[in-house]
Amino acid sequence: MKPFRMLGRSIRDAVKSVIRNFSLSLASISCITITLIIVAIGIMASLNVKNFTEAIEKDMTIVVFLKNDATAEDAIEVEKEIKKISNVEKYTYQTKKEIKEKMQSESEVFKTVLNNWEEDESPLKDTYQVKVKNINQIKETALKIEKIDKVAVVRYGEGMVDKMVKAFASVEKVTYGIVIGLILVTVFLIINTIKLTISARRKEIGIMRLVGASNLTIKLPFIIEGMILGLLGSIVPVLVTTYGYYAFYRHFDGYLYSRLIQLIKPEPFIYQASIAIVAIGILVGMIGSASAVKKYLKI
Amino acid sequence: MDLIRIKNVEKKYKNGVTAIYDLNLAIEKGSFVFVIGGSGSGKSTLIKMLYREEKPTKGQVIVGGLDVAKLKNKKVYKLRRKLGIVFQDYRLLPKLTVYENVAFALECIGEKRDIIRIKVLKALEDVGLKNKVHEYPDNLSGGEQQRVAIARAIVNDPKLLLCDEPTGNLDPEKSMEIMRVLDSINKTRGTTIIMATHDKEIVNKMKKQVITLKDGHLVKFKQKGTYAE
Ligand SMILES: Nc1ncnc2c1ncn2[C@@H]1O[C@H](COP(=O)(O)OP(=O)(O)OP(=O)(O)O)[C@@H](O)[C@H]1O
Ligand SMILES: [Mg+2]
Repeated sequence: MKPFRMLGRSIRDAVKSVIRNFSLSLASISCITITLIIVAIGIMASLNVKNFTEAIEKDMTIVVFLKNDATAEDAIEVEKEIKKISNVEKYTYQTKKEIKEKMQSESEVFKTVLNNWEEDESPLKDTYQVKVKNINQIKETALKIEKIDKVAVVRYGEGMVDKMVKAFASVEKVTYGIVIGLILVTVFLIINTIKLTISARRKEIGIMRLVGASNLTIKLPFIIEGMILGLLGSIVPVLVTTYGYYAFYRHFDGYLYSRLIQLIKPEPFIYQASIAIVAIGILVGMIGSASAVKKYLKI
Repeated sequence: MDLIRIKNVEKKYKNGVTAIYDLNLAIEKGSFVFVIGGSGSGKSTLIKMLYREEKPTKGQVIVGGLDVAKLKNKKVYKLRRKLGIVFQDYRLLPKLTVYENVAFALECIGEKRDIIRIKVLKALEDVGLKNKVHEYPDNLSGGEQQRVAIARAIVNDPKLLLCDEPTGNLDPEKSMEIMRVLDSINKTRGTTIIMATHDKEIVNKMKKQVITLKDGHLVKFKQKGTYAE
C-alpha cells in the first residue's frame, strides 16, 4: 500500500507542476513532439528499406544467357561449369520457349509481340537462373560464369534498386544526426523545466528533507514530471504515425515504384512503431528530469 | 541511558572557521537541555551536527545508537524520522493550512490517511491549536505559527526534539507560551529536548540542564543551570 500512496502523491505533484509551469512545459512538449515525428518517420522509413532490401536480396538472381548457337550439349557443359563454382546455391534452366510462355502469360502486350516471332528469330535466349549463397560475392560469381564458353551475357541485380537503397542509407545517416541533435535540445529544455519546478519548491523540498522523506520520495515527482512531458509529447507523433502510414500505404497500394519494393503492412507495424515512439518519448523525458534532479537536487 | 553521546567532536567549516573544539557530551533520555552562549559560539553548529545537516570533522556523534557522522547521505532520512526540528523562522508552507502543514510531515513518509488524521489532531491539541486547524499560517500570530511548527516536529512521536532559537522572533510573553508547550511535551511525551537560545530570562525561569559554549568550547554543563556570563 505504501508505495502506491507515495506514487499517487508523486503523480499528483507532477501534474500540478506541469500545469503551473505551463509555458515551459509546452516548449518541452513541442520539442519532444517534433523530435518524435522525425524519429517516427526515420523508424518507419528505415524498417521499410530494411524490409525490401532483404526481400530483394533474397531473390537476387544471376541470369545466364547462352549464345544463340548453343546446343543442348553445350548447355550441359555450361551447367557442369556452373556447378563447380562454390558460391552457387542452386540454378534452374529455362529454354526460350518456356520464357516466352511465361512472359506471354504475364502481359497482353508481350503475348502479341512475341507471337510475331518464329522460333529461330526470337530475341530470347536459353537461360540459367543462378542463386548464390553469399550476396556480397555476386559480382565475382557473375564474372566467373561469364568466362564459361558459350555463355553470351550475365545479368544480376537491378541498378535502380541498388541506387535507391544507397540513397536511403545516406538519408538515414542525416536523419540520425538531426534526431540526436533534437534529442539533445529536448533534454536541455526538460532539464530547464524541471529546474524551474525544483526552484519553485525549494522550501518544500527542504522541509521534506527535515521530516525524513527518503531521497526517492523527493526525486520521484520530478522524474514523473519529465515522463509526463515525454508522454504528452508523444501523442501527436503517434497520431501522425498511425494515420500517416495508413494513408501512405493506401495511396501507393502497398508498393513503391515497382512490384519489387513492397511496403510493410500497416498492422501490426504501426502499433509496434507507436509503442516504440511513446517509449522513446518517456525515456527522453526521464533522462532529462533525472539529470536535472541530479544537478539541482544535491541530496 | 544516554540518547546522545558526543565524543571528541571537532567541527571545522570549509572556510577554515572552527565552530566546535573537542566536545564531549552525554545527554540522557528524557532530559531538557538548553544550549547557550554568545553569538558565533557554535550553538547552531552543535544542533546541525545532531540532525546531520553538518558532519563533524573529527570524533563521533551518536544519536539513539546511530553513528550520525558515518551515516551516508542516502540514509539521513532514517535519522530524521527519529527526531523533530524547530527553527526560529517556523518554516511553514504558506499554501497549506495548519492541518495540512502538520500532516505534510507524515505524508512525506507514506503514513496512512486515517493514522495521519489521528496523529495530527493529537499533536495540534498538545500545542493548543485545535481550534485553528483550517487556518492558513499567514492568518496566525508568530507564537501560533511556531506552535504549528512544533506540532509538525512532534507529530511522528520523535525521541528527540531539536530547537534552534525557537523563541528568537517572539516577545517575552509568547516566548513563555512556547516554553510551556515544550515543557509539557517533555513531560507528557517523554521527548528529549535540546534547545539553543540566548534568552536569559527563559533559561533562568525554566531551571533545566544548561550547556554553555564559548567560542566553540564547552565551558559548563550544569543541572538546573542559569544563564551566567
Ligand atoms: N556554513 C558555515 N560555513 C562557515 N562558517 C560557518 C558556517 N556556519 C557557521 N559558521 C561559523 O561557525 C561559528 C559558529 O556559528 P554558529 O552558527 O554555530 O553560532 P551560533 O552560536 O548559533 O550563533 P548565533 O547565536 O548567532 O546563532 C561562527 O563563527 C560562524 O561564522
Ligand atoms: Mg545560531
